[in-house]
Amino acid sequence: MSTTHPQSDAASSDAATASPVARARARRRSKHRRRVANVAGLMASLVLTGALYSVFSPAQAAPAEGANESAAEAAGRELYERSCISCHGENLEGVPNRGPSLIGVGEAAVYFQVHTGRMPLVRQEADAPDKPAVFSDEEIDQLMAYVQANGGGPTLPSGDLRDGDVAEGGELFRLNCASCHNFVGEGGALSSGKAAPSLNDSSDLEIYTAMLTGPENMPVFGDNQLTSEEKRSIINYVQTIGEQADPGGAGVGRVGPVAEGLVIWVVGIGVLMFGIFWMGSKA
Amino acid sequence: MAATATAPGAPTTRLGKTATEIDDRLIVAGPLRRTLNKVFPDHWSFLLGEIALYSFLIALLSGTYLTFFFDASMREVVYEGSYAPLRGVEMSAAYDSALNLSFDVRGGLFMRQVHHWAALLFVASIVVHLLRVFFTGAFRRPRETNWIIGVVMLVLALLMGVTGYTLPDDLLSGTGLRIISAIILSVPVIGTWAHWAVFGGDFVGELIIGRFYIAHVLIIPAILLALIAVHLLLLVKQKHAQFPGPGRTEHNVVGNRLFPTFAAKATGLLFIVFGVIAALGGLVQINPVWLWGPYNPAQVSAASQPDWYILFLDGSTRIFPAWDINLPGDYTIPALFWPTVVVAGAMFTVLALYPMIERKLSGDTASHHLLQRPRDVPVRTSLGMMALTFYGVLMLSGGNDVFADKFDVSLNAMTWFGRLGVVVLPPLVYFLTYRICLGLQKHDREVLEHGIETGVIRRLPHGEFIEVHQPLGPVDEHGHGTLAYGGAPVPKKMNQIGGARRAIRGFFKPIEEPAQVELEQGREGRGLAAADEARELTSSGRPSEGGRPQEPRD
Repeated sequence: MSTTHPQSDAASSDAATASPVARARARRRSKHRRRVANVAGLMASLVLTGALYSVFSPAQAAPAEGANESAAEAAGRELYERSCISCHGENLEGVPNRGPSLIGVGEAAVYFQVHTGRMPLVRQEADAPDKPAVFSDEEIDQLMAYVQANGGGPTLPSGDLRDGDVAEGGELFRLNCASCHNFVGEGGALSSGKAAPSLNDSSDLEIYTAMLTGPENMPVFGDNQLTSEEKRSIINYVQTIGEQADPGGAGVGRVGPVAEGLVIWVVGIGVLMFGIFWMGSKA
Repeated sequence: MAATATAPGAPTTRLGKTATEIDDRLIVAGPLRRTLNKVFPDHWSFLLGEIALYSFLIALLSGTYLTFFFDASMREVVYEGSYAPLRGVEMSAAYDSALNLSFDVRGGLFMRQVHHWAALLFVASIVVHLLRVFFTGAFRRPRETNWIIGVVMLVLALLMGVTGYTLPDDLLSGTGLRIISAIILSVPVIGTWAHWAVFGGDFVGELIIGRFYIAHVLIIPAILLALIAVHLLLLVKQKHAQFPGPGRTEHNVVGNRLFPTFAAKATGLLFIVFGVIAALGGLVQINPVWLWGPYNPAQVSAASQPDWYILFLDGSTRIFPAWDINLPGDYTIPALFWPTVVVAGAMFTVLALYPMIERKLSGDTASHHLLQRPRDVPVRTSLGMMALTFYGVLMLSGGNDVFADKFDVSLNAMTWFGRLGVVVLPPLVYFLTYRICLGLQKHDREVLEHGIETGVIRRLPHGEFIEVHQPLGPVDEHGHGTLAYGGAPVPKKMNQIGGARRAIRGFFKPIEEPAQVELEQGREGRGLAAADEARELTSSGRPSEGGRPQEPRD
């Protein structure tokens, strides 16, 4: 036993014989050395990670962009990153309290929102009012291509959008649409400053894509709720009624009794009051 | 053979002889003469009730035409008429015939529109007439009966409207019918039974259009006609009230005889009313039922509103909180009961009883034939304005979604405006009206005391500037007018007392030569300018010195 432990005995005796000051210094030195080693290791790994990332990451992304993205999508991405990204996020994922995710909305939603001028938004408010479109048709196509490629979702319909029965369209319109858009699509108020817009100036494609994608407060009328033919019937009805002249004279907004009441009080009673004033002055 | 001698004064013409023959048998000459000599006071506001009468007449005539083509049946048919967007749609025979009336009957659409506009004007002119009667105190003894008849006719007019616009059975009126059904159901205890009685079962059944039709074309118009007759007979019997003025007392009526002046005027007004309604019927589309679509309980449209005269009930319902009262034993008084049955009931009850209420409060039980100016009865005027404000807020709330949509206001804000406004605005209006009435009265009294402001500013020798006043009559030693306040209009401008040349005649354009009038006036020496050259001012023009500076008198 003793032969196997002479050094350790000596060392322990050394340590036992060394002053407490020297012992403390030795301990501090070893701690210092450990710390330096740690920092160096961390630095090395960071550098390595950074180097690896800088080597691999662009190497992966660059060929993807070049290889899979068409020119339209690239132009769309540029437009998106300039005008949409702040609310819809860099990957169409949306930003909480600013804008919804665009994953799955499809080119139909992009067409409706951008073509009616609702997007880009002027400011956050109850709902997005329509205004003159900011982007040209070509730019809208590019945006549609970009969102369709990266988010997917419903696409634009093809064919004659008025290819449906007008009477059936009327029934479907009154059943599904009139409760917000009024009997003939004049629009109406919703809660808290929101509104269902008038359909008077809407194009066939705008109405179709609105039904398909349910913008703002509107429910989605997917092809399971209203088939493509039924949507076309509704569009046919809305546009037929919108283009039809009022056989009874001035339409006074086609909103019914409120406007008519205003007419009878302002015009009817107004003219008659004038009439009896005139008769009174003849006395 | 000598001709038979005729009695002196006997008619010689064929017409005269016929009249004599009739009078011999029916003895009508006396009463007719009395009636034709009836005097009606002359004021434009007395023609308002006539507008109501004439629009009712027009509604009656146009409605009769519509009955030839309308089929008040809820039998289901498939539309095959000429309006393409509805062809092939299932609908009731009532809606089908309303569409045919609009598109396939000659003049049908025009008649429908005339009928509907006449109906709107009928109620509107009743309301305006009622306001005139209310604000001038024309309902006071002895005319309380006529007031109550008037209120009953107003309620009947509303029922007439409701039963009328329900008939076409379109989506808009069907929605209204659904609300009527809900209102009837909301009445505690009897609601369900009453609903079964009216609809003959659950909503909507197959009877209601037919029942409303009989009520609309027979029962209500018959009652209305009878009441109109009583209303007018009472008016003739009690004589028309008149505004106070020179020569007008509680015991006379100053105005024109029924024949020929008043009759000519009334006929003229009939044609004006007819013209206005015909113009509206031809130029402005009303209730385009083909756009609304046939009624289907599964469907409802945004902005479904009743005609304007029911709008206040829609409004009260829209702003009333959703306070259902749940009683033990599965009984519920729905919130709908309060804003419809109770509010409407209270409004019309108070309206009908107002003459009695005022008599009780003021203790004034005397007979009155002279009207009051609104400013002279500030409490009544303010109460009236308060009620009007209440009604106005309800009416506005009835269309609050249309206003919200058209003026881009939040619908919730509109609802809260209604809720607060209906409570806050009426007292505010009461206070303001009261102050305005007193202010107008004070100004009248001031002019009576101090004279009319002539606009002539005068500088007195010691440098003081005063405005010269023209007293309206004799003044006392302090220069105050001695005319008492009589509740009649007081002239406020020199022109009104002949201080300037008279106005050139003509309503739309002058019908006389202005230069000619000036010459004539100059010759007569009237007006301020006439005596200007000769005038030598002798007094200061202070009220205490008799007001307007006078020309020296010998």
